[in-house]
Amino acid sequence: MSLKPYEEVLEAYDPALGLEVHVELNTASKMFCGCSTEFGAAPNTHTCPVCLGLPGALPVVNAKAVESVIRIGLALNCSIATWCRFARKNYFYPDMPKNFQTSQYDEPICFDGWTEVEVDGVTYRVEIERVHMEEDAGKLTHIGGSTGRIQGADHSLLDYNRAGVPLMEIVTKPVLGTGAAAPKVARAYMTQLRELLRALGVSDVRMEQGSLRCDANVSLAPKGSDVLGTRTETKNVNSLRSVERALTYEIQRQGEVLAAGGRVLQETRHWHEDAGHTSPGRSKEQAEDYRYFPEPDLVPIAPAAEWVEELRGTLPEPPAQRRRRLVAEWGFTELELRDVIGSGSLDLIADTVDAGASPAAARKWWSGDLARRANAAGVELEEIGITPAQVAELQSLIEDGTINDKLARQVIDGVLAGEGSPAEVVEARGLAVVSDDGALAEAVDAAIAANPEVADRIRGGKVQAAGALIGQVMKAMRGQADAARVRELIMERLG
Amino acid sequence: MSALLQSSAAELGRAMASGQVSSREVTQAHLDRIHAVDGDVRAFLHVDAERALAAADAVDARRAAGAELGPLAGVPIAIKDIFCMTGAPTTVGSRILEGWQPPYNATVTQRVLDAGLVVLGKTNLDEFAMGSSTENSGYFTTHNPWDRDRIPGGSGGGSAAALAAFEAPLALGTDTGGSIRQPASVTGTVGVKPTYGGTSRYGVVAMASSLDQPGPCGRTVLDTALLHQVIAGWDPMDSTSINAPVPDVVGAARRADVSGLRLGVVRELGGEGYEPGVEQRFREAVDALAAAGAEIVEVSCPNFRYALGAYYLIMPSEVSSNLARFDAMRYGLRVGDDGSHSAEEVMALTRGAGFGAEVKRRIIIGTYALSSGYYDAYYGSAQKARTLIAGDFEAAFETCDALLSPSTPTTAFRIGERTDDPLAMYAADLCTIPSNMAGNAAGSFPCGLADGLPVGLQVMAPVLADDRVYAVGAALERELAARWGGVLTDRLWARQNGGEQ
Repeated sequence: MSLKPYEEVLEAYDPALGLEVHVELNTASKMFCGCSTEFGAAPNTHTCPVCLGLPGALPVVNAKAVESVIRIGLALNCSIATWCRFARKNYFYPDMPKNFQTSQYDEPICFDGWTEVEVDGVTYRVEIERVHMEEDAGKLTHIGGSTGRIQGADHSLLDYNRAGVPLMEIVTKPVLGTGAAAPKVARAYMTQLRELLRALGVSDVRMEQGSLRCDANVSLAPKGSDVLGTRTETKNVNSLRSVERALTYEIQRQGEVLAAGGRVLQETRHWHEDAGHTSPGRSKEQAEDYRYFPEPDLVPIAPAAEWVEELRGTLPEPPAQRRRRLVAEWGFTELELRDVIGSGSLDLIADTVDAGASPAAARKWWSGDLARRANAAGVELEEIGITPAQVAELQSLIEDGTINDKLARQVIDGVLAGEGSPAEVVEARGLAVVSDDGALAEAVDAAIAANPEVADRIRGGKVQAAGALIGQVMKAMRGQADAARVRELIMERLG
Repeated sequence: MSALLQSSAAELGRAMASGQVSSREVTQAHLDRIHAVDGDVRAFLHVDAERALAAADAVDARRAAGAELGPLAGVPIAIKDIFCMTGAPTTVGSRILEGWQPPYNATVTQRVLDAGLVVLGKTNLDEFAMGSSTENSGYFTTHNPWDRDRIPGGSGGGSAAALAAFEAPLALGTDTGGSIRQPASVTGTVGVKPTYGGTSRYGVVAMASSLDQPGPCGRTVLDTALLHQVIAGWDPMDSTSINAPVPDVVGAARRADVSGLRLGVVRELGGEGYEPGVEQRFREAVDALAAAGAEIVEVSCPNFRYALGAYYLIMPSEVSSNLARFDAMRYGLRVGDDGSHSAEEVMALTRGAGFGAEVKRRIIIGTYALSSGYYDAYYGSAQKARTLIAGDFEAAFETCDALLSPSTPTTAFRIGERTDDPLAMYAADLCTIPSNMAGNAAGSFPCGLADGLPVGLQVMAPVLADDRVYAVGAALERELAARWGGVLTDRLWARQNGGEQ
């Protein structure tokens, strides 16, 4: 379908955001049994009577998961329930061993929180409605058919390794007043959430592995109206980039529908990363009745106030405070910091600094060359294929003169191609800068001999003409010459 | 031979401990008895003689080696086919689980095995424990050994009939609304529903999670207490199990002391709908307890009248969710998997074919009761009624140590008599349901015959006062045995085997 230009939509409508984020916790065992949560094991090997929903099996709550969720709630400034229960969400689907999901309904463990995110120097407050615990479902693989989706599939395979893995859902209240920045605010919120969850150490937060998932809701209301429009819920948003892209698309799509006098359908939509659009999924006009009721196989959870306070003491530095501290420590300008946050490289820079690089150098690589490469490749910066420790190593190779900036880019090529650490790439590709006078002098003499008229001009005092000779030498040395030393050698001979 | 069958579990345990008889002999005698009578009684869904004898031999060998064994080691037991046990099918009386063999043991099964009890087989029940007669079993109906044209009660009719038919001296049951106590009542045996959380539900196929409770069944109070002691106690695999010491049920059963106890007769559990013969035997039993030294008072529990209605909302609600897992995807029956049906259709076809009418009725009622817009009116109101019922118990236990009532309003009815009238069937649990709703301990004890059929007296005690149930039951048993010259089932033995004694 045709899309309305983004700016035009935003002239007429105010978007309201809502983000439902699922986070797989990194506890060693599942939510209600002792099975391992390890990713990537052979299908159906991390299962037991409980997570397979065998007749008679009963759940037991993973205390570590409860602790993790309370810490997340506290970090998001939530109130912690003094008493709450699990509830059963009933619906039939083959990936659900019990055909109900043990979740929380009207009694979430954490509620009424908030956090603040920053986009282009403006701070937006995101209100958190609730954070609750639940269990993940198994994984269906559809065999046959062309799309890999259930339609047209010949048969489906089930892997229950993921069934029962602890999940947490963080739900925002409608986020209003973000205007054209809405998709960026959503991305900033996800970025910050990921940073926070990582700092808390409660999740691997790998979007591509599904340990961090986002359902992005958005609706449009005519400017000035205080009534929310009809929202859509977009699923399959599997990266920070796609959060922003999917919401931008949905705003444009809804804008087009409304401009044409149509009605936005309340529905679930599916984001297609490659094609860059959403398509309709399940309609929510006839909302499914999940027949929630309190889970009778589990006893209520009543976290003691002292325990909650103890957990509060384990919280990492809040993101905003951490940012302020790092700016001060690193000496970045506000503008530089904004770039850093925008490119999602704050944690990477911090880790690179921890690995020994200077803040300026770390920022230069992550916000510069590496950010451009990630963008071009369409991947998250942290998934680009080089670690903070490797970037620090690269920088130290530059600083000790082993390589120069130009060679460093070739070293990055090698690291990204899986050829090993920066030092190994330098070694394997033979990229070290040559400052051995013997080899350099030979090349300089050859360049002078080949360019007598240039040599004459230098002898005549035109020092800037040395550049041409340096270029010749560098070319001959395939870029691996120490340029400063080459200049010295030329001037020794012709100066 | 017949002496082995007639003996109590406690006596068998002692005889084996002193070397008078081996577990193999005891086990073989019961297997022979099953072979002889179960064609008529039909108490068992599954009997594994080889396994039972191997288990008996193992106990005998351990005893010969001088191992320290418990009081029930080597004693045979029948297990209601709702407890998961490896190496044998667990059907829960349903075609949907026909042939399914669990890969794990229920905690209660494990404790029974660990105590050296010898499992004879799995007993019949109403499908998914839903019924009061075993007529809802997906396989066949069990017959009451007192009168084979009559029902043995339900859902645990198979376990109760196995006891009354002397096919086993001990049995396991589960009680959601009376499934241990009502069968005990109509077969003249003993059955106790422990305090909710007193025994583990892990590995017991769920009907209604907040009501289900495994419990012991026997022909004598002491036997039942000994089995209670074996199976009870905290289980980390069941979050609703109580982490507290098991009440001294065996001591209470041995002492049989009610002197100084104040027992309250519940006014609301009697009158209209109760057979005169049942009320007569009940009054005599209460008098016997008074003679044993108990003080008898009358108490009122006005909210008990909401129990049946509330139960038939809460129980089906949980049923509708608990039974959702039977969908042909992972285990059990699978219908329509011929390549022409979707997974969703296979689920529907399987559930349509595998579940019986009563199970479907409860799933439908429960699904309706939990539906958006009806939840508050049905499930929500029922939970409020549940709180009121618990309040009645609390108030009554402020003035009484235990409460008394008939176990069920009638003696065993005829097979087929109530199958077309679900409400009449549900009424069999009128007296037993309140204790499931409140979670307190309760048991049924024989108190005589009315028109030749057993009548039961129910004792209800506070949460975690299971020992009081046994104290009252044992005192009644002692008083009545003095008059009858034995427990009630001894009269059945005499009737069936006249002169053989």
